[in-house]
Amino acid sequence: MEKTNKMTKGYVAGIIANLVFVEVDGPVQQNEICYIDLEGTKLMAEVIKINGTQAYVQVFESTRGLKVNHTVEFTGHMLEVTLGPGILSKNYDGLQNDLDKMDGVFLKRGEHTNPLEDDKKWEFKPLAKAGDVLEAGGWLGEVKENWMPHKIMVPFKFEGKYTVKSVVEAGEYTILDNIAVVTDEKGKDIDLTMTQKWPVKLAIKAYKEKPRPFKMLETGVRVIDTLNPIAEGGTGFIPGPFGTGKTVLQHALAKQAEADLIIVAACGERANEVVEIFAEFPELDDPRTGRKLMERTTIIANTSNMPVAAREASVYTAMTLGEYYRAMGLKVLLLADSTSRWAQALREMSNRMEELPGQDAFPMDLPAIISNFYSRAGFTYLNNDATGSITFIGTVSPAGGNLKEPVTESTKKAARCFYALSQDRADSKRYPAIDPLDSYSKYAEYPELEEYFRANIDPEWPEKIQLARDILIRSREVAEQINILGDDGVPVEYHDRFWKGEIIDFVILQQDAFDKIDCSASLERQKYMLNWVLDIYHTKFSYESFEDVGSYFKKMINIMRQMNYAIFESDDFKGGEKELNSLIEERKTA
Amino acid sequence: METKAFQKIYTKLTQVTKATCSLKATGIGYEEMAIVHGRLAQVVKIIGDNVTLQIFSGTEGIPTNAEVVFLGRPPVLKVGEELSGRFFDAYGDPIDGRPAIEGEERQIGGPSVNPVRRKQPSEFIPTGIAGIDLNNALVTGQKIPFFADPDQPYNQVMANVALRAEADKIILGGMGLTNDDYLYYKNVFENAGALDRIISFVNTTENPPVERILVPDMALTAAEYFAVDKHQKVLVLLTDMTLYADALSIVSNRMDQIPSKDSMPGSLYSDLAKIYEKAVQFPDGGSITIIAVTTLSGGDITHAIPDNTGYITEGQLFLRKDTDIGKVIVDPFRSLSRLKQLVIGEKTRSDHPQVMNAAIRLYADAANAKTKQENGFDLTDYDERSLKFAKEYSNKLLAIDVNIEVDQMLDTTWGLFNEHFEPAEVGIKKEFVDQYWPKED
Repeated sequence: MEKTNKMTKGYVAGIIANLVFVEVDGPVQQNEICYIDLEGTKLMAEVIKINGTQAYVQVFESTRGLKVNHTVEFTGHMLEVTLGPGILSKNYDGLQNDLDKMDGVFLKRGEHTNPLEDDKKWEFKPLAKAGDVLEAGGWLGEVKENWMPHKIMVPFKFEGKYTVKSVVEAGEYTILDNIAVVTDEKGKDIDLTMTQKWPVKLAIKAYKEKPRPFKMLETGVRVIDTLNPIAEGGTGFIPGPFGTGKTVLQHALAKQAEADLIIVAACGERANEVVEIFAEFPELDDPRTGRKLMERTTIIANTSNMPVAAREASVYTAMTLGEYYRAMGLKVLLLADSTSRWAQALREMSNRMEELPGQDAFPMDLPAIISNFYSRAGFTYLNNDATGSITFIGTVSPAGGNLKEPVTESTKKAARCFYALSQDRADSKRYPAIDPLDSYSKYAEYPELEEYFRANIDPEWPEKIQLARDILIRSREVAEQINILGDDGVPVEYHDRFWKGEIIDFVILQQDAFDKIDCSASLERQKYMLNWVLDIYHTKFSYESFEDVGSYFKKMINIMRQMNYAIFESDDFKGGEKELNSLIEERKTA
Repeated sequence: METKAFQKIYTKLTQVTKATCSLKATGIGYEEMAIVHGRLAQVVKIIGDNVTLQIFSGTEGIPTNAEVVFLGRPPVLKVGEELSGRFFDAYGDPIDGRPAIEGEERQIGGPSVNPVRRKQPSEFIPTGIAGIDLNNALVTGQKIPFFADPDQPYNQVMANVALRAEADKIILGGMGLTNDDYLYYKNVFENAGALDRIISFVNTTENPPVERILVPDMALTAAEYFAVDKHQKVLVLLTDMTLYADALSIVSNRMDQIPSKDSMPGSLYSDLAKIYEKAVQFPDGGSITIIAVTTLSGGDITHAIPDNTGYITEGQLFLRKDTDIGKVIVDPFRSLSRLKQLVIGEKTRSDHPQVMNAAIRLYADAANAKTKQENGFDLTDYDERSLKFAKEYSNKLLAIDVNIEVDQMLDTTWGLFNEHFEPAEVGIKKEFVDQYWPKED
């Protein structure tokens, strides 16, 4: 990036809400960042359209009081984030301002804070040595960030090959200290520090290969892991009407998923929900490492009352931070709640620009924008053959709970897993309210993953999952018949078939997110319980009348739920099992 | 700033539409207020020296040579202790015949609270209504609407909630209130002797609809003054948010914006969120709690207004007429307070969550029994008992005329359990049953 040229300047020529027209005196680039000087307050804005000498900019803050002829300075770069040690455990806004560093109770316009700490010392350990040849993203050294190995890399903006001339010795350094000198192909020496910048709208491509996902990412949520598994480096989305538990589910994923670090983008949602994370995560233990959850979590909070334009930026900021950590060979889980709010931000802007609208007044290129964003997730082989991944799960808030609306439909094309939250299940308190049959995971059909399941879980796992699904479908079918014909209007076998589906629903699908033990189930445990319900399915029972069926199965369900609440293979768990065995003996015929 | 040494007067309008007028002017700030032909207006668009003003009370009778004076400031409210007990219009001018108040000028629609400076809401607001306290407990810093059909007595319920809630200030933002409802509120507040802690900003159906847009911001600016400066617990009542949203759609329509779902502006979600997210718990004890009314048409919650509201607010309360007892009740199935788990069993008796869930489950059993009955199937003994339970539960607890303490609500529920069920059927943890199940003498 050359910054020798005189920066372009301009002045305000027109204002409609947060869309401002700027007359410019020189070159500007699409998506360039500029600052509008409102009597001393610098309002940050992004170029979204250029017409002759007029740049259309969207302002990330309120334009109240802005006047024609106020001066504008262009920066020569797009919206960038600052990358370096110190990102973990931070609470950022959509533009990567550190919220904790801001003064006062209210957000002030034009206040920009440093996302990192310039004076903090980090324990640096060199990984590269003089003479090594590296590309962008190559590892020069490492510091411990909380407990995570944080790699210091050749800046992503660098093109071509660089020879390491020197790396400093192990010791304490700040992010601004020079830690290495590299020489480019033309023989020019370049000093490097621990930080670098990257424009959020562009994907970081410092990797060798992006294969199809082939490993499973454990989430501890049974209805996901067992029935609709997501792959490491995969993408998924959770659409659901309000009140069906989207946020609770996302929080559960953030707490339990088997990832090295979690980035949560709270995009246009309730502030109190973010406050819940602020309040809980520093207290909660990460079950895998025993550290506090907050130590591996970064939050991008752009709540619904914060400026709309920054909402769009917030998801890109989150994705870029994810890509940064992926390039260190880490397993990142990125959660965005909710991508609908981001789409709405795009709609507001498109509307102000008087673009011809698509369906429901959303911009025409919405599907392209969404699929482009989802495509940035993925599993990667880095240039040094290490692996890193970003698994992305977004929520969608469909207007009116109607899944035929543009955001849901566009996302459906982009994401490979679909977790449909059902109002009916939520109403009957069957949580998590993921509909097991409407939902799908395309990864489950990948031969790579099938192989993985057979090798790592159970040689017959895919068949067992298919059987569980079939049982659920049949159960649903007979439930309808029983409703129409009445309890005594159908053969007793119908009741048996119905309850054999219900037992899967109650024991496998339903899970208590607020219970310390039940909230997260290991794969081994999931396999164990699935085998149990399938055994019950294969067992033939005798009943005197249809009334026996429901009460008998309710007893089984009750025992198995107590087992779910008990520590796996504990005495309580085994006691439940014994009880279950003797209950089964009571009516077993074959 | 209003008394500047000189004020330029413009007298040439270049364009007049139903809601806006345009003129050539320079040095004008965005969202600045102006007076056009004696009517308040606000800058909504500036292109070069062409300034478009939205005139809140409409443009009827505005001539092209109307006098236009810019005030050099966005809309403001004068705040101070004197606000208490007063009634204002949408511009913050008194409508109770008393003099304008002296106080510090605050811009309305100010910035948002930094999310890291918020505190997690944790204080229970008792209202005496069991349908709310028992099943959908409210918490300070919460925002929750009543989803009600226009024929339901939501204004009465809101007035009751307001008077019983232990708030330091109650601020009423009335949008499109009928004059009768306005006078109803005024009377209720006066009769309760609570006028000194109540502040009202009222736009009635007699006022131009676009003026309504200012009401929530006015009410919330006053609320922020008391909550932030005075560390008080403030309860804000907003009725009716549907009429507010309708006013937004009128404006966007007249500004030639492309409508999205249900002919609402594309920014409806952000517009509503900006209001509702003013609900907050501050660390130093001050708080703003918002209770709103969103009227539905024909109970349709998929309409853009209730739908967007539901995504923003922390739950919703539904009223329903229970024909079995002939009273309006708070519907236990469709109502939800998302923050209730922060207080129930913590700030209230520890059996609260279990009693609440058990009662609702039994009430649901009764609903199933009723369907069975209507379809002509035979009822079991359990069905009969749950139906009896449901009727009493509805009458003694869910009805909106109930006014008792939470402990009493819990005891009443235990009494009903005892009357109709065996402990095993109720399915509450044994320790609570041992402690609270009424003992036979």
